[in-house]
This record gives sequence, structure tokens and C-alpha cells, in this order.
Amino acid sequence: MKQELLKFFLFTALIGIAPVFIGKGYLINVFVFVGIYTILAVALNLLLGLAGQISLGQAAFFGLGAYISGVLTATHAVNPWLSMVIAVVTVGIIAFILGFPILKLKGHYLAMATLGMGIIVYIIFNETVDITGGPSGLSGIPHLSLGGIIFNSDLKNYYLVWFFAVTIILLSVNLAASRIGRALRAIHDSEVAARIMGVNARLLKVQIFSISGVISALAGSLYAHTVTFISPTSFGFNVSIELLTMVIIGGLGSIYGSFLGAAILTLLPEFFRTFQDYDIIVYGLTLIVITMFMPGGLVRGVPLLFRSLFKKEPMPQSNEKRG
Amino acid sequence: MDLSEDILQYILSGLSTGAIYAVIGLGFAIIYNSTSIINFAQGEFVMLGGMLTLFFHVTLFLSLPFSIFLAVLVATAVGALFERLAISPLKNADPLILVIITIGGSILIRGIAMLLWGKDTYVLPMFSGDEPIVLWGATLMPQNFWIFGITLIIIVANRLFFHHSIIGKAMRACSFNRVASSLVGINVKHTVLFSFAISSALGAAAGIIIAPLTMTSYDVGIMLGLKGFCAAIIGGMSGGIGTVAGGLIVGVLESLGAGLISSGYKDAIAFIILLLILFLRPQGLFVKGDTERV
Amino acid sequence: MLKKIITSLCTLCILFTVASGVLAAEPIKIGALLAVTGPPSFLGDPERNTAVMLETQINNAGGINGRTLKVIIYDTQGDATKAVQAANRLIKDDNVSAIIGPSTTGETMAVIPIVEAAGVPLISCAAGIKITEPTKKWVFKTAQNDSLAVERIYDHLKKRNINKIAILTVSDGFGSSGREQLKLKAESFGITIVSDEIYGPKDTDMTAQIVKIRGSKAQALICWGTNPGPATIARNAKQLGLTMPLYMSHGVSSKKFIELAGDASEGIILPSGRVIVAHMLPKSDKQKKSLLAYVNNYKKHYNVGGDHFGGHAWDAVMLLKGAIERGGDAPDAIRKELENTRNFRGIGGIFNFSPQDHAGLTKDAFVLVTIKNGNWTLVK
Repeated sequence: MKQELLKFFLFTALIGIAPVFIGKGYLINVFVFVGIYTILAVALNLLLGLAGQISLGQAAFFGLGAYISGVLTATHAVNPWLSMVIAVVTVGIIAFILGFPILKLKGHYLAMATLGMGIIVYIIFNETVDITGGPSGLSGIPHLSLGGIIFNSDLKNYYLVWFFAVTIILLSVNLAASRIGRALRAIHDSEVAARIMGVNARLLKVQIFSISGVISALAGSLYAHTVTFISPTSFGFNVSIELLTMVIIGGLGSIYGSFLGAAILTLLPEFFRTFQDYDIIVYGLTLIVITMFMPGGLVRGVPLLFRSLFKKEPMPQSNEKRG
Repeated sequence: MDLSEDILQYILSGLSTGAIYAVIGLGFAIIYNSTSIINFAQGEFVMLGGMLTLFFHVTLFLSLPFSIFLAVLVATAVGALFERLAISPLKNADPLILVIITIGGSILIRGIAMLLWGKDTYVLPMFSGDEPIVLWGATLMPQNFWIFGITLIIIVANRLFFHHSIIGKAMRACSFNRVASSLVGINVKHTVLFSFAISSALGAAAGIIIAPLTMTSYDVGIMLGLKGFCAAIIGGMSGGIGTVAGGLIVGVLESLGAGLISSGYKDAIAFIILLLILFLRPQGLFVKGDTERV
Repeated sequence: MLKKIITSLCTLCILFTVASGVLAAEPIKIGALLAVTGPPSFLGDPERNTAVMLETQINNAGGINGRTLKVIIYDTQGDATKAVQAANRLIKDDNVSAIIGPSTTGETMAVIPIVEAAGVPLISCAAGIKITEPTKKWVFKTAQNDSLAVERIYDHLKKRNINKIAILTVSDGFGSSGREQLKLKAESFGITIVSDEIYGPKDTDMTAQIVKIRGSKAQALICWGTNPGPATIARNAKQLGLTMPLYMSHGVSSKKFIELAGDASEGIILPSGRVIVAHMLPKSDKQKKSLLAYVNNYKKHYNVGGDHFGGHAWDAVMLLKGAIERGGDAPDAIRKELENTRNFRGIGGIFNFSPQDHAGLTKDAFVLVTIKNGNWTLVK
């Protein structure tokens, strides 16, 4: 536990001073998005890495958070912080209710149900034009402000978003180490065994689904208030898939791995812009190569790579699935 | 035009689209059963089928049947190559890891297609004319009948292959129990390669027969792949009649939803009905205890 | 030894003068946010091609005020998040004087707060009316408002005494903006929308919607979308024997549509910018010269005629060129000169910007065309 705490403080300190190295250019803006996607990836990782329940519709909660926050503030002039709370609570309730029928399903049926949920929500964003503005989006969402500070610059937004991201990471690390975390891992390994040991598997799964939804909604609300514009395309099926990729590339079950995954997938396209038309090919190739050579995710793959480089040991094929 | 004629039209149109979903879904199921991978690149083979046929027929001036043959051949080769290069080197990896590789593969294939053929949409000539055929008040294009016919042939061939050929039986054995299969001398590695080759061929075939009706471009694979995926899941990832029924159900639901309720929400309607079915039967629609998977 | 010092000093001097010469001619940097890939690539691709073509052309002719023009293009893939990131990069890292694009209304709305805060002029290539209404200090646009296209169609319907229509729109930004305008303007033209249907951008079969429309009391069908959807609709309509006249939007005003829809495109009527009928225009037409130059030039570079959408980028770049020639490349000066632009004969129409009007076009920007024997004809 002590080691975990040290890791956390090191990470927080690194995030805190990072802007000094990132500078004032556009990169700081990219890191605002890295923060948002980190929150989202951590949320999915709790569900997928910890409890072993797949979701292909995570973008639905992200979008609901953004739209509830956005519509309340832009159309009904509700205070942004209040709207953030409303968004998070509402999505938590929705996820809790949906969780009961959805998490009864397993394997590819669960994948299908979550995918369907994502698509239905996406269509609702598109079709309820009077409320959401439809495909052309919703603009005029205000920035968040706190005691006279308006979060309207990239640097301010960086600290705002990362304050939440770091808090979520701390809570998630604690959750994973807690009794609930152990129970969830038991469900991951064998639901039947966990039930026999007296774990209320069904309720726990619904709870973690709901927590995951709440965290994603928070990210959505932050997205709405930092970008100040939202449209359905930012919350479609491809976003759900991208989040899944972040979690797996980072390392299933590793909270800090989710940060790495989010950072890599958000930064790569920025670096590949110079390849012009070839960027999509380079991106696809990179994805394949990373996964092929680090099947345990970056968080396990990178240390292994270093060890094998310096100790000249052959790189072991990682069969380890979770840590 | 009374309502029953309209409904017949909705159903026939829906069946035609659904047949395509079914063929794509079969590809998903075959790979899933031999490897437990959801192959997100499946839709790209649908795209490759259409675009390659177009390339051979329109750019290289080959005859249509020969172009189709070549297109299926090349797409199959691409599928097999993908399995050799990206899937087979990772022997014991978690299926989820392999899923990400297929996502990378789909981005890669789409990117290459975009570079080769540009971003424009193209149209493939109809197989046999474009005079509409009237059927009890509903109209269909000759191409719709090609779709029905070829889908039927694919389903029958698929059944024959998996139940009566030695390779097919071996693949079925693998899907039930890989360890036991390798113990009785089945080369599991080969069956995975075969499953990728067959799925690619199926995807390409679907892409070819639909291209004259719906046109084709480098990015058609995404949506069609998604619908095919749904078909396979509704069918309980069965390589047989379940998935075919799944595809037809999705197609007809979409069409009826658009025609009778609301065209804006048609995909949502289809999904809501599917979810309700899943909630009532969490073990899948067509699974009666221990049934066949391939 | 002395000789060596003298020569090296001389070289230094030469280097210095050369360097300062280069400094004086520092290029003028313009950013471009275009959806080169992704779903709206039908917009972004010709826009990119046009921008690249103009960059070479302007530089070959000596640049702008003797300085070279550099267009920095970022692909936004039609994604608002990516557009925001790219806009930040253009402003903060590349220090551009002005930005053209983005290609779609959604992306434009997303980057407006950024350019407004940074004070960089933006000429959007998207059509949404929200972009310039209300007028924003730094935001202009070259694409014609959808409402202008709608008015053209409704005018024509009125002439034919049609007052009950069906609309079939695509569920993306282009379609929803068109749908909004179609509904908004209907009443003032005495037109009722009796059937309001929608299709998805990647749908492969629209027979269900058309059957429903066939059963309604509509006298005409207006379809609002971009390739390939409308081509599928035209073919489905022909298959189902739909007899009512079919109208389309300017979203399909490229030869590609005729190629895709084939025979089914015959008789379809649509509003379009003049670019596709450039050679048919009377000599008196004020835009004809610009139009023909653009179409032929584009053909030389890319083997296809320039289209309506590439024209938006042509207008944006040339408007900027004019503004910079008159007032230099300081962002504020560019903005002021853009507002002072009068009678600019562009591809999309004749632009007259003012402090109140940052869209600058009238209904005349559109002409009605129909398809006859696989080619465009003007509707009189």
C-alpha cells in the first residue's frame, strides 16, 4: 500500500510540473484532452480490467454527461457546477437501472447490449434536435469558474481537468485495493466461485457499472465546459472503441496503464499529422505493432523491454492477463 | 397502394439488406468460434470485395465474372496474410488483445484502400440489367434476386463444408474443444488460418453482390461490419442458421421501423427490440442448451 | 592568416545579408482546417486540393506583395474534438495570420470560441446559418446559406403550383441544417410538409422511406444529403416507380452524382452554385471568368473539373489574398479588409462583406439546374 501511495504522489507531482516542460503551445491543449480520456479510460478499466465486464458503449455515458451539462447551462442557464452534479447523479441512476438487465448478460451478448446502448443514445443525441441541437451540435456552453477564476485558458483547464483525473485515479486505486476490489476480481476469475464464497455478484457488477458511468459522465461534463461546444460525433461508436483500445494498450487492470493508453492514443495522431495522407496507415500499423510486441499492455511491456535490453535476456512472451 | 403491399415491400427490402448482414455475420461467427476473437476488420473485407471488383472490372477492363473471382481471391489472400502476420505470432494472447489487433488491421486496410482508390464513391454495374421486377405489388431490382440467390448458395455451401468435409469437421471440432482436437491430430493453427480465409471470402462476396445496389467506397465497411456483427450475436455466434436468421431479423426490423414508425429512429428501434429479446433470453435467441456452434 | 580572417569575415557578411533578406521575405502563413478524411471528405478533399493548387499558383506568380504564401493544412476528419486541437496548434504553434475552414458547420461552431479569443480571422467553408448569424467579430464564411438554396427550390415549387411536399434528409450536420431551413421557410411560401423522413449517412437502402412517402399526399419530394445517399434514393425512387418530381440539394452538385445515380438522375432538379454550369452561362455573367479559370485549372491539376465545394476554399483563399494585398498580414488588418470587401467575383457568388454581414451572398448565388441526358442544364 505504501508503494502505491508513493507511486501516486510521484505521478501527481509529475502531472503538476508537466506544464513547465510542455510549454504554452498547443501541446498543453492536447494534454487537456489526455486528462479527459484518462478519466474515461480509468472508468472503463474498472469495469473491464477489474470486474471483467466488457462495454462497447462507454461513450454513451460520456455523451450523456456532456449533453446534460451542456443543455442545462447553455439552454437553461443553470450554474455549471450544479449542472455537473446533476449530470453525474442522473447518469449514475440511469447506469444503475440499465445495469440490472444488461449485466445479466455475459460475453458477446454483453458486448452487444452495451454496443446497442451506445448506438441508441447516439441516435437520441442526433434526433432530439430541439433539445440537443442535433447533428450540428450545441454551442455557447460556459466555462467553469471558481472564486473569480474562469477556466478559459488551456493552462487553467489543464489543472482543472487533471485535478479531477488525479482524484479519480486515487479513488480507483483505493477501490481496487479494497474489499470490493477483491470481490470484483473474484467475479472476474470465476463468477460461480465468487457467488459460492458469498459475494453478491449481481449487485456488485451493477454497482461498478454505475460507478464507471458516473466517472465517464464527469469526463463528459468536463469536456463540455472546456471545449464549450458538443456534437454527437464526439460520442459515437468509434469513441467507445478508442476507449477500449486505450485500456488494452495501456494494460488491462492497471490504472496508470489507462493513463499511458490515453496519452499514447491522443498524442500519436498529433505526431502523425506530418505524414499527411499516410497518417491513418501509420496509426493502424503502430496500433498493431504495440499490441503484438506488448500483449500485456504498455505498463508491463515497457519495463520488460528495458529489462531485456539491458540484461540481454530474451523478451518473455507475456501471458499474464491482469495484475 | 394499400398497406399490405407496402408492408410486403418493407419486408422484401429488409430481407435483401438482411441477407447481406447474414453473410457478413457468418464471417464473424466462423472466426469467433475458432479463435474467440471478434474480428473488427471483417467489415473491411466487405469493402475490399466491392473495391477490388471495381478495380479489376473498370480499371483493368476484365470481364465481370472474372473480376469477381479475382476480387474474392485477393481478399481471401489478404485475410490469410493478416492472420499469418498479426494473429498467428501471438499464440496464447488474451482474445481481447487480438481484438485490438483486428481494430488496428481494419484501420490499416481502410487507409491503404483510401490511398489506392481515393475517397470517392464508385458504382459497380448491375449483374443483369436494372429493370424493376414487380412481385405482388412490391418492386425489386434483379440485383436483389442475385443477393437472395448467392446468399442461399453461400449458406448451403457453408453447411456442406462444415458438416461433410474433413477440414470443416476438424474446424468444428476445434471450436468445441481445442485441446482435445489437437490431441486427436487436428492442426489447430491451420484451422485458424482457414477460418480467416473463409471469413474474408464471405465478406468479400457480400461486398460484391451489394455494390451494384448501394455503391462502394473505402469506408463502407464500418457500418456494414457493425450490422453483420449484430447479426452474428443475435444468432448466438452460430456459424449456421442462427446467424442467418439474425441478419434477416435486423434487416427486416430496420425496414419496418423506418416504414411504419420513424425513419430517424429506425436503427434505435431495431436495437431496442434486440435488447428486449436479449433481456428476456439472456442465453441468446437460438440457443437451446447444447447446440452446434459452427 | 590575415587573408583567412578577411575571407571568413566576408563570408559572414554575405551570409548575414542573405539571412536578413530571407527574414524580410518571411512567408505569409495561412492555416486550413479541412476534413480531408472521414465522413465529410467529399468537402475536405476538393477544398484541400484547391488550397494546395492556389498556393503554388500564387507563389509562381510572385506571392502576395512579394512574400511567399504558406498554407498549413490539418486534417480534422470531420471531428469537432480534432478540429479544436488543430485550431489551437495553428494559432499557438504555427502563428498563422488567418484560418480557412473548417469544412462542416459542427466543427466551425467548435472552433469559433478559440479564434474569437485569440483574435484570428476565420473564413469557414461550411454552410450553417449559425456561423455568421449573429455576426461574430472574427468569423466569416464562403459557403452559401442553406436557406438560400431552400428559397430557390420553394420559388420553383410555387411556380409549378405544388404546395404539399415530402422531405427526406440525411441525419448528419448537412441534412439537419437543410431540414431545419426547409421547415422554417415552408410556411412563408404557403407550402406544407406532409411527410418528414430521415435516412442515415451510411444507409444502403431507402425504399422503406420512399414507400412511405409514395403513400402520402405529397406532390414533390425534396431530398437533402450528400453522395452517395441521394444517388441511392434516386435509384430506389426509380425502382419503386415514384412519379412525383424529385428535388435535391446543392450537396450533390457534382458530376459524381450523375455517374452514381445513372439513368435514375434524369429530370432531377437542384439548386447549385454556378460552377457546374460555368460554360453555359451567358457572357454577361459577372462570375463567368473566375468560374472558368477555376474549373479549367482544377482539371489540369487533378483531372476532374473543380466542384462546388472546392469553390468554397477558392473563395476563402482568394478573399484572404485580396485582404492581405490591401492591408498586410496582421490578423486585425485582415479582418478589417475582409469587411471592406465589395463585389468580389468568387466561385460561390458575388461577395459583399460588411461589419454586419459576414456571409456576403444573396439568393442569386444559386441557380436551378436539372439533369438531361446525363448532363446539367439550366432551369429557366
